[in-house]
Amino acid sequence: MGKIIKYILLDIIKNKIVIAYTIFLLAITLSVFSLEDNSQKGMLTLLNLVLFIVPLVSIIFSTIYIYNSSEYIELLISQPIQRKSIWLSIFVGLSSALTLAFLLGVGLPLLLFEQSAVSFMMTAMGVFISIIFVVLAMLASVTTRDKAKGIGITILLWIYFSLLFDGLILFLLFQFADYPLEKPMVGVSMLNPLDLGRILILLKMDISALMGYTGAIFKDFFGTKTGMALSVTVMFLWVLLPLLYSLRKFKHKDL
Amino acid sequence: MIMRFTILYSFCICFVGNAGGKILQVGRSHAFKSITAALTAAKSNDTIYVEAGVYREHNIIISKPVVLIGKGMPVLDGERKYENISIKADGVVIDGFKVINSGISSIVDYGGIKIYNRRNVVIVNNVILDCFFGIYTQYGINCVIKNNTLSAHQVQEQHSGNGIHCWKSDSMQIIGNKVSGHRDGIYFEFVTNSLIRKNSSIKNLRYGLHFMFSNNDTYSENIFENNGAGVAVMFSNHVRMFRNYFSKNWGDAAYGILLKEISDSHIEGNRFEFNTSGIYMEGASRIEVYKNSFKENGWALKIQASCMDITLRNNNFIGNTFDVGTNGSLVLNKFENNYWDKYEGYDLNKDKIGDIPYRPVSMYSMVIEKNPPAMMLFHSLITTLLDKSEKVIPSLTPADLVDKHPLMKALSL
Repeated sequence: MGKIIKYILLDIIKNKIVIAYTIFLLAITLSVFSLEDNSQKGMLTLLNLVLFIVPLVSIIFSTIYIYNSSEYIELLISQPIQRKSIWLSIFVGLSSALTLAFLLGVGLPLLLFEQSAVSFMMTAMGVFISIIFVVLAMLASVTTRDKAKGIGITILLWIYFSLLFDGLILFLLFQFADYPLEKPMVGVSMLNPLDLGRILILLKMDISALMGYTGAIFKDFFGTKTGMALSVTVMFLWVLLPLLYSLRKFKHKDL
Repeated sequence: MIMRFTILYSFCICFVGNAGGKILQVGRSHAFKSITAALTAAKSNDTIYVEAGVYREHNIIISKPVVLIGKGMPVLDGERKYENISIKADGVVIDGFKVINSGISSIVDYGGIKIYNRRNVVIVNNVILDCFFGIYTQYGINCVIKNNTLSAHQVQEQHSGNGIHCWKSDSMQIIGNKVSGHRDGIYFEFVTNSLIRKNSSIKNLRYGLHFMFSNNDTYSENIFENNGAGVAVMFSNHVRMFRNYFSKNWGDAAYGILLKEISDSHIEGNRFEFNTSGIYMEGASRIEVYKNSFKENGWALKIQASCMDITLRNNNFIGNTFDVGTNGSLVLNKFENNYWDKYEGYDLNKDKIGDIPYRPVSMYSMVIEKNPPAMMLFHSLITTLLDKSEKVIPSLTPADLVDKHPLMKALSL
């Protein structure tokens, strides 16, 4: 398994896209901190980066990578190696490459420039989001053999998580405006890793505005140790459940 | 004006102290062992010096115009049962006492020092600890409350009193006091022509300053910080608020200033930082808001549609999550020449005024006003998109709420 991970990592580094991605992230982070005089504004730009660019790149790159290495995967399967270890190696290779890119591009400069709870939370959430979207890409690419269809699914997934889900929530909020929805919203936010990540970062950042009744409820929940532990658990579940499901599918897949 | 008053008062004090009457000494080594005994013996305009020590004399009633001066902060202990000092004469001076542990009651408003229907009373340099009401004035005229420190550790709003409480008074001067841990730091009800200056009101349970039915008053250079609900100014007119500092008033119903049914007032040169709402206005009219600085508040301003003729000019809005919030489409107020850090316009003719108008109300802030749980979608892509499309074609946000001449650079305030 270690060997396969090594080959995959080398392969990813060789194709240079991840390196370009790292440089891109680094350039944005550095320019945000050197250009903005208002550090809060800079943090908001980075928040957008973590919430939109990171998942998009993670999911698209991983899908294309898996489709392009389908011959390599077939070759590996013909060897006496367990399917499980092949699939997990792909997961570890992809997610460690993208996590590393994020840590070098955003995490490191962030923690160097501003050592605060916000920076720490943003780095942690960025890592989680990178990994979760790698897993979603793996799930999408294992469901269909058709490359165009697979990439289509991943783009739809990205749009769903970053846009449609929130639109749906907004719609529901207005439909059920007569009911007290603050507490259920805490649960609903767990259904989308991007929402959960965003709320966790914002609670560390924009406290004064979130201090309304909803904000107070969110803070009451996420501010406590149990709330924090629960949300980290949910993030882990977002990695684990799709990974296990895709693994099961991959095991039974007729290649 | 203020200077003249102060000089006049110090003159009065000197006059009374030196030439007016006898000097009586209270203390262990003096003729009078208790303040009450000295007060009984004293005549009008006498001066009573009180040596350091602890005096438990239940309720000290001052019914003659005397000057009471503490040497080395003598302690007047109310033993949690009595009102420490009741002033029932004009022109009394209380200087340099430590007043502690007044009685607490739900029927009687016990004060550490209470002025009953009197004028020209001066209360200076006292420390008032753990009293129910700190300094209480009813029907006081022309009294000075200066450089006192009041602190208490009250827990429940229902069972606590205010720091400096003035009721139906006129021409009061509240200067340089420090109030903390009371229900309201400074409380004004039916008080006119008065001045509140250079006080600090910090960590009180409810309001730092509570102001009702009080007209023609000025408060300037005060600090209101970390109070349960900030500052409330209600049902008054001709109030002037200059160079105050409102900060860290956080919570669902906390405001830098809450203005309710206020008219003909000036708000100038104040700083609002880290409040949930900097200024909240409801039913306010003819108010001029000039040269204030709003920094890092949740909402810099919340102007309800019930306000009219509010003019906002030359204010700085920096780092606020939302600049302006409102609840309707009717706008009868004027925004002019303010600096907004969210402004994205340009200035072709270089006159330092932006060429395109700025709309300070974002679509999302309207959505939150209608549906608070939508706060959960704060900073998500969908709300950003909604905001952008709303900026191009305003439909939900009031089209008239606009600064037509926004400044390109922040004013130095």
